[in-house]
Amino acid sequence: MTLSFVLAGFGGQGVMLMGQILAQAGMQEGKNVTWFPSYGPEMRGGTANCTVIISDEPVASPIVDTPDVVVAMNIPSLLKFEPKLKKDGFLFLNSSVIDRKPSRNNIRIIEVPANEIADKIGNLKVANMVMLGAIIAATKCVRKESVASALEYKLGEKGSSLLKLNIEAIEAGIRHVGG
Amino acid sequence: MKKIMMKGTEAIGEAAIMAGCRNFFGYPITPQNELTEYMARRLPEVGGCFLQAESEVAAVNMIYGAASVGKRAMTSTSSPGFSLMQEGISYIACAQLPAVFVNIVRGGPGLGDIQPSQGDYFQATKGGGHGDYRLIVLAPSTVQEAVTLTELAFELADKYRNPALVLADGLLGQMMEPVEIEEKQVSYDNSSWALTGAKDRPPRKVTSFNIDPYELEKMNLKLQEKYRKMEQEEPRWEEFQTEDADVLLVAYGTVGRICKSVVRMAREAGLKVGLFRPITLYPYPYKPLEELAKHVSLILTVEMSSGQMLEDVKLAALRLTRIEFYGRMAGVVPTPGEIFDHLMHLIGRR
Repeated sequence: MTLSFVLAGFGGQGVMLMGQILAQAGMQEGKNVTWFPSYGPEMRGGTANCTVIISDEPVASPIVDTPDVVVAMNIPSLLKFEPKLKKDGFLFLNSSVIDRKPSRNNIRIIEVPANEIADKIGNLKVANMVMLGAIIAATKCVRKESVASALEYKLGEKGSSLLKLNIEAIEAGIRHVGG
Repeated sequence: MKKIMMKGTEAIGEAAIMAGCRNFFGYPITPQNELTEYMARRLPEVGGCFLQAESEVAAVNMIYGAASVGKRAMTSTSSPGFSLMQEGISYIACAQLPAVFVNIVRGGPGLGDIQPSQGDYFQATKGGGHGDYRLIVLAPSTVQEAVTLTELAFELADKYRNPALVLADGLLGQMMEPVEIEEKQVSYDNSSWALTGAKDRPPRKVTSFNIDPYELEKMNLKLQEKYRKMEQEEPRWEEFQTEDADVLLVAYGTVGRICKSVVRMAREAGLKVGLFRPITLYPYPYKPLEELAKHVSLILTVEMSSGQMLEDVKLAALRLTRIEFYGRMAGVVPTPGEIFDHLMHLIGRR
């Protein structure tokens, strides 16, 4: 079993971190994983995306032609990656930012108003974690406990005060898709 | 040993430290800055020396200095920076000193771009600098292999008193994968040549200069003898599903692992396709490739260049079988799908 993800958005929306936590959680479950980033020279703004692969087999190519899952945090990401998504694949849309509908009807579309949900929790910056909650609930790629422990590892001691907020955001994302 | 997620660049840095490297001299350039940054943080923790040089030219000559007193030393850079280091590398090779270089190749020529490329193959394997010398060139295709080959680079550099290069690209440098890095038992003997102070022994000289051509030729012959020994003893490669293969993909580094996916796609389509992945680019594994070439009807060489390793494939297999090439340049990474499509086109399935 191999699942490939492309997570994309503006620089600063946290798509790289989302992908790293997904990969870290997969590794903690004993899977083979890769995380590959693609971005321009900008510190903020611009577009950024990463490819994550979680597999029972050793991962050969870290890049994919047709991902199983596309996560679009903004409109340019939707336009760029919707056409590449595998048939019956998952398309996650940040509907707080994307004010249009995807054009394909042979894919599974999951709209997540990630910014609004994050705002309600009290911090817009955790919109990525809301989305991550939705991803794991809908695709069942990794368990919530693995994501929580991956998050704890990533945040480290320095960021431990942020752990509760981030977990809350993940749980809100899970609830949104009814997981 | 616990697995941790690391970027290729960071894993190379940690592997160097575990291999006993305590001296790093470098100058920033994308896409390898994470390695420089990692060494800046880690080396002081282990009592080592990190020094940001004023240029690549300075960095390579600092390596020359550290190596001449018998210290394990390393630098890392990316394509344009590696070009700047060539003069010093030639000096180090002639002076017969061990040193480790890392080139995280980016799109070129010129200032190029900052995306992954394999366009520095000629420079790495056929000289780069002036004169009759060779670099030991190791090409990892996973982050874990980057660790193994960094350790091996130090080992071989010491064994042959010759500079060694870990040749990777921006994709392997930037990607993260789970790795295990263990501390190595490091033992190497440089007591016969290192400049350690001439107390109670005759003075020594480390130099790449000899005004007498007959004497300099003797030095050259010594180098050549080493290179012939390396060519006998050090070629390394991986074969993947080659046992019954009728078509052979040949690719190294990142493209090597991308081609593994192509082999899987081809096998699912019922085609007998295998992969030959050189791990040492110098010395190149000509012999095993020649053997395989005798049993296949087609070799497809795939590179992120205009066809540089292709020349070595031809040296191994010319007239033994049909040899084709597929390449992308300037930082464009070929996908498994496009390589597969090209392969289908070549064998008349499209």
